[in-house]
Amino acid sequence: MSSADLASERAPATEREASAEGDLAPEHDGPRDTGMDDASLHGWLAGTWGTAPGIVGALSSVDHKVIARRYLITAFVFLCLGGLNAVAMRIQLSGPQRGLIGPDLYNQLFTMHGVTMMFLFAVPIVQATGIYLVPLMVGSRNIAFPRLNAFSYWVYLSGGVFAWISFLLNMAPDVGWFAYVPLSGPEFAPGKRADVWAQMITYTEVSSLAVAVATIVTVLKQRAPGMSLDKIPLYVWALLVTSFVVVFAMPAVMIASTFLILDRLVGTHIFNPAEGGDALLFQHLFWFFGHPEVYIIFLPATGMVSAIIPVFARRPVFGHLGLVLSLIAVGFLSFGLWVHHMFATGLPRLGASFFTASSMMIAIPNGVQIFCWLATFWDGRPVIRTPLLFVFGFFVIFVIGGLTGVMLASVPLDLQVHDTYFVVAHFHYVLIGGSVFPLLGAAYFWFPKISGRMLSERLGRWHFWLAFIGFNAAFFPMHLVGLWGMPRRVYTYPAELGWGNINLFISAGAILFFLSFVLFAFNLVHGALKGAPAGDNPWDAGTLEWATSSPPPSYNFARIPVVTHVEPLWAEREALPVATGLRVDVRELLISTVAEAHPDIREKSATPSIWPLLAAIAVGGTFLFSIFTPWAIVWGAAPVAITLTGWFWPKGAPEDEE
Amino acid sequence: MKRLLPMAFAAAGTVFLQGCAGWQSALDPKGPAASELAWLIWFFAGLCAVVWVLVMIALAAPLMMRARAQAQPLAVDAGADDRKLRVVMIAVGLTTAILVGLTLLSFFADRTLAAIGSDAVLTVRVTGHQWWWEVRYEDATPSRILTTANEIHIPSGEPVRLLLTSNDVIHSFWIPSLAGKLDLIPGHMNVLDIKADKPGVYRGQCAEFCGAQHANMGTFIIAEPRAKFDAWWNDQLQPAAAPTADEAKAGEELFLRRPCVMCHRIGGTPAGGTVAPDLTHIASRQTLAAGTLTMSRGNLAAWIADPQGIKPGSNMPVVEFSGDELNAVVAYLEGLK
Amino acid sequence: MRAVVATLLLAILALAGCQREERDTRPQSARGSGEQPTPVTTLEPGGQRPPGSDNKAASFEANAFHMSEGKRLFGWFNCSGCHANGGGGMGPALMDEKWIYGSSMESIHATIRDGRPNGMPRFGDKIPDDQIWELAAFVRSLGGNAPSSAAPQRNDDMMAHPSENRMPDAATLGKSP
Repeated sequence: MSSADLASERAPATEREASAEGDLAPEHDGPRDTGMDDASLHGWLAGTWGTAPGIVGALSSVDHKVIARRYLITAFVFLCLGGLNAVAMRIQLSGPQRGLIGPDLYNQLFTMHGVTMMFLFAVPIVQATGIYLVPLMVGSRNIAFPRLNAFSYWVYLSGGVFAWISFLLNMAPDVGWFAYVPLSGPEFAPGKRADVWAQMITYTEVSSLAVAVATIVTVLKQRAPGMSLDKIPLYVWALLVTSFVVVFAMPAVMIASTFLILDRLVGTHIFNPAEGGDALLFQHLFWFFGHPEVYIIFLPATGMVSAIIPVFARRPVFGHLGLVLSLIAVGFLSFGLWVHHMFATGLPRLGASFFTASSMMIAIPNGVQIFCWLATFWDGRPVIRTPLLFVFGFFVIFVIGGLTGVMLASVPLDLQVHDTYFVVAHFHYVLIGGSVFPLLGAAYFWFPKISGRMLSERLGRWHFWLAFIGFNAAFFPMHLVGLWGMPRRVYTYPAELGWGNINLFISAGAILFFLSFVLFAFNLVHGALKGAPAGDNPWDAGTLEWATSSPPPSYNFARIPVVTHVEPLWAEREALPVATGLRVDVRELLISTVAEAHPDIREKSATPSIWPLLAAIAVGGTFLFSIFTPWAIVWGAAPVAITLTGWFWPKGAPEDEE
Repeated sequence: MKRLLPMAFAAAGTVFLQGCAGWQSALDPKGPAASELAWLIWFFAGLCAVVWVLVMIALAAPLMMRARAQAQPLAVDAGADDRKLRVVMIAVGLTTAILVGLTLLSFFADRTLAAIGSDAVLTVRVTGHQWWWEVRYEDATPSRILTTANEIHIPSGEPVRLLLTSNDVIHSFWIPSLAGKLDLIPGHMNVLDIKADKPGVYRGQCAEFCGAQHANMGTFIIAEPRAKFDAWWNDQLQPAAAPTADEAKAGEELFLRRPCVMCHRIGGTPAGGTVAPDLTHIASRQTLAAGTLTMSRGNLAAWIADPQGIKPGSNMPVVEFSGDELNAVVAYLEGLK
Repeated sequence: MRAVVATLLLAILALAGCQREERDTRPQSARGSGEQPTPVTTLEPGGQRPPGSDNKAASFEANAFHMSEGKRLFGWFNCSGCHANGGGGMGPALMDEKWIYGSSMESIHATIRDGRPNGMPRFGDKIPDDQIWELAAFVRSLGGNAPSSAAPQRNDDMMAHPSENRMPDAATLGKSP
C-alpha cells in the first residue's frame, strides 16, 4: 500500500512515485473514502469502527475512548477510596492518643492510601487521559495495539480490585507503600499482606507498561500528515516522554517486588544480611523506580497545563521549543535523583552530595517550564474559566512544593526533616498541586469533549475554592508540625508534645478537601445529565481533538486531517485540510514517518476481541495464585499460553498472504 | 466582623506558634549540629519564600492587564516575545545561579557537620529493637561497659559518638534539638556524632516506620555536667539494690519465679535476659516503655498489668498477676534506682 | 442471583482470610483468662464429652501472626539449646513425624507448660499461657503440620533449615501418632 493511494488537498512537499509493489490486488482491496459524501462516509465508518452492542460487545471493545473512559471512572473510584483512607487517618490523628483506630488497622490504612493513590489512581489516570486524547490530538483513528490497551485495563481493574478485597480480608499490606525490607521481609511481616503488595505492584505495572508502549508507538508512527516533530502538541510530547520514563522505571520496581516475594515464598537471601544480602539493595531498586514514578505522575500534568494555558491566554504557548526540551530533560534527569530518598541511611556523604546537586538541577528545566507558561500570560488578561482557575491553583501550590523539594535536596537539611510531616507536606504539594489540580482543570476542560456537555461554571468555581482552601489548610501546617518533631506513619502522638491543636486544624482542612471531591462528583453527574450541549469546540481551542464532534464518533475523524501548524485549528480557521484514501470497510490507520510525518503506509488496526479480557483473567489468576505458592507460575503458564495463542491467532487477511 | 479578625489571628497564633519551643523541635536547637541545621532551614525557607512571592507576582500581574483580543490567537507580537525571551533567559540564569549556590551551601554545611564530634571521647552503641533502644556505653575496660535501655545520658558540652545498628528492622535515631537523623540498619553500622551545648533533657523518636509501635518508640538524651555524668555511670554499673521491705522482697521473688526473668536482666540477680530492656536501674529512668509513660508507681503497675492495652503489638506479654503480687513486683522495681 | 453468589463468595473468602491474618495481641481478653486444662487422654467411661466451647488452640493454630511470634519466642527462650533449630540434640527433633507425647496443639501446650519426664523443663510459671500456645503453634509448623500460607517464613539469620512454609507436608513424612 503506497502513499500514492492517498490524495490530499494540501499535498506535502515531497510526493512519492506511484508503485504497484506492495499494493493489494484490486479484488482484495476495498472502498476508499476518496470522493465519498459525508453521509455515506459516516455510515461506512460507524459500521467499521463502532463497538458492538450488548455485554459481549462492551467487553470486547478496543476503542481507545471506551477504554479510557473506563480507566477514568475506575481511577476516580480509587481516588475516593484512597481519600476515605486519608479521612480515617486524619480523624485518628485529630487529637493526641485518640483511641479510634489501633496501630494494626492504621498501618494498613496508610499503606493502602499510598498504594491506592500512587499505583491505582495517579499513574493510571494520567495514562488514561493519554489513551483518550493522544490518538485524537495526533489525528489518528485509534491507539496503537488496541487489544493490548484493552488488556491493560482489565489487568489494572483486577489488580486494584484485588488489593482492596485484601483490605476486607484483613490482608491489606501494612508495611508502607514502599515496603522497606526487613520490615516487609519474611521474618517481620507474617501472613500474606506483604505478598499482596509485591504481586499487586508487579501486576498493575504490567498494565502501565502496556499503555506506555502503545502511547509511544501511536505518537511516533500514527501522526497525521504534516505533524512533524515541531508541530506535535505539548500534551502529546509530555505523554511521549512519560511513556519512555515508564518503560525504563517500571522494571526496577518489578524487580524489587519480585525479589521480595522470592525472599518470602522461596527462601532466597537477597535482602538477608546474615547470608550475604543487603537490606539497602531494596531501597536502591525501589527508589530507582520511585523517583521517576513521581515524574510519571507530574509530566502529563504539565502537558495538560500546556494544553489549557494557550486556550485561555488566547495565544500559542510561549517557548514551545524550550518546553519540549524541558520535558525531555526532566525525563532524563529524573533517573539521576533516587538516592535523595536515602540520605538518612548512612551512605558516604560525598556520593550523597552528587545527588543533592542533581536534585537541585532538575529544578532548572522545571523552572523553564514555569517561566514559559508565565510568559504566555503576559500578553494580557486571560479569560478566567474553571480550567484556568485550577491551573492557577497548580502554580501556587506546585511552586511551594517544588521549593520545599529544593530544601529537601540538601543532605543536611533533609536529615532533620526526612520521614517527618515536612516530607508529607512536600510530596502532597507537588503531587496534588502538580498533578491533581491540573487533572481537575483538565476534567473541566475536556469533559465537554468526552461527554458532549458543559460542566457548571458556578459549581466549578465553588469546587476550586473549596479544594484550594481545604488543601492548603490541611497540608501547609504539616510543614510546621514536621519541623516540630512529628515523624511520619505514627498512629498517635503524646499530648505533652503540643501537636494536638495543629493536628486538629489539619484534620479539619482534610475534611474540607475531601468535601471538594464530593462536590466535584456531584458536578460531574449533574453535568453529564443536565449540562448545556457543548458543540465541537466550546473553548475555541487549537488542537485536533476539537476538530471533531463532542463526543467524538467511534472513528474519531471523518477524514484524516493534514497539519500545518502546531495549533492546527487556529491556523486553518475556515476549513481544515484533510487527507483521503483510507478504506472505509475495514479498520485502517495511516502510518507516517517518525520525524516529518509524511504519509507512509496504510496499516490495519485490530478489531474488537474478547481475548484480551480472557488473557487478563489468566494472567491475573496466575499472579493471585502466586501470592500463595510459587508453583502458581508453573500451573498458570498453561492458561496464559492458551489465551495468548487465541489472541494472536493469525486472521488469514489478504496482506498476510501476499 | 471587627472582632473576628483579631480572634482569628489569636487562634492561628496559638495553633501555629506553640511548637516552636519544644522538647523535640528542629527549630529549637540545643546543640551545634542542630543549630547549624536550624540556620540552614531558616535560610532556605526564607529564600524559597522570596522566590515564591516573585513567581506569584508574575502570575498575578496579568490579571491586572487589559484582556487580549480573543479572535486572532495567532496574532502574536514578535517584538514583545523577544523581550519576554530575554526576561525568561535571565530568570533561568538566576535560577541556575541560586541552585548552584544552594548546592554549594549545602555541601559546605555538610562538611561543617561532619567535623562536629570527630574528637569524641565517649562512644555509645545504640541498637534498635522493635520497639525500644538498647544502649551500650563502650569503654576500654570491659568491666566498665554499661548496658541500659531507652535513655541515653551524655556529658554536656562534649561530643559523643553514637554507633547505630539494628537487631531487626530499619529504625532511625532522631533527636531533633541536637542533630539530624540516621538510620539503624541491620547488617550496617552507622556513625552519628552529637553534642548538647547545655545540660537538659532532649526527646527524640524513631523516624523510620518499623512496625506496629513505631509511634511509641521514643528516646531521651539527658545531658549532664561531666562530673554528674561520671557519677551516673558509676551508679549504673552497680548491681541492683537489694530490697529491704517485705513487699519488695516478695516482689523480687516473684520477678525471679515468673516470666519476667525470661527476657529481662537485673544485675546482681540470676535474671540475665538480653532480649528485653535491662531493668537494673529502671526506677532511675524518667520514662517507661521507650518514652510511652512517665516513670511512676501507677504507670509501672499499669504497664505490667496490661502492656498490650497501652502499646498493642509490643513484645511485652500480658503476665497474670494477682493484685497483691502486682503491688509486690512494683514495689521491688520502684526500688531499683 | 448474581449478587447473592458474589456475596456468598466474598463471605467465604473473608472467613478464610480472617483466621490466618488475625492479629490479636491480647487473646485472653476475648476468651477469658485462666488456663485450659489439657487432659492426658480424652477417653472416659460413658463416652467422650463434647469439647469445650472456648477452644484456645483453634484460634492460635493456623494463624500466621501467632506462629511468627512463636518462632521469635523459640529463639528468645533458647529452645534451640536442646532442640537445635528443630533438628534435635539433647532434646528430640521437632521437625520429624515422631511425637513422643502427641502432636496436637493441646499436647504440645501441655508439654511446654508442665514439662515431661526425661528432661523437658516445666515452663508454666515462666511463659504466659498465650505465649505457650504461640510456641505450640510454631512447633507444629516445624513438622510441616501448618498450612504453608500461614507458616512462618525464613528468618533474617543464617539458614539452618528450609523455612517452615517450605517444609514438606507432615502427611508425606508419615502419620503422626
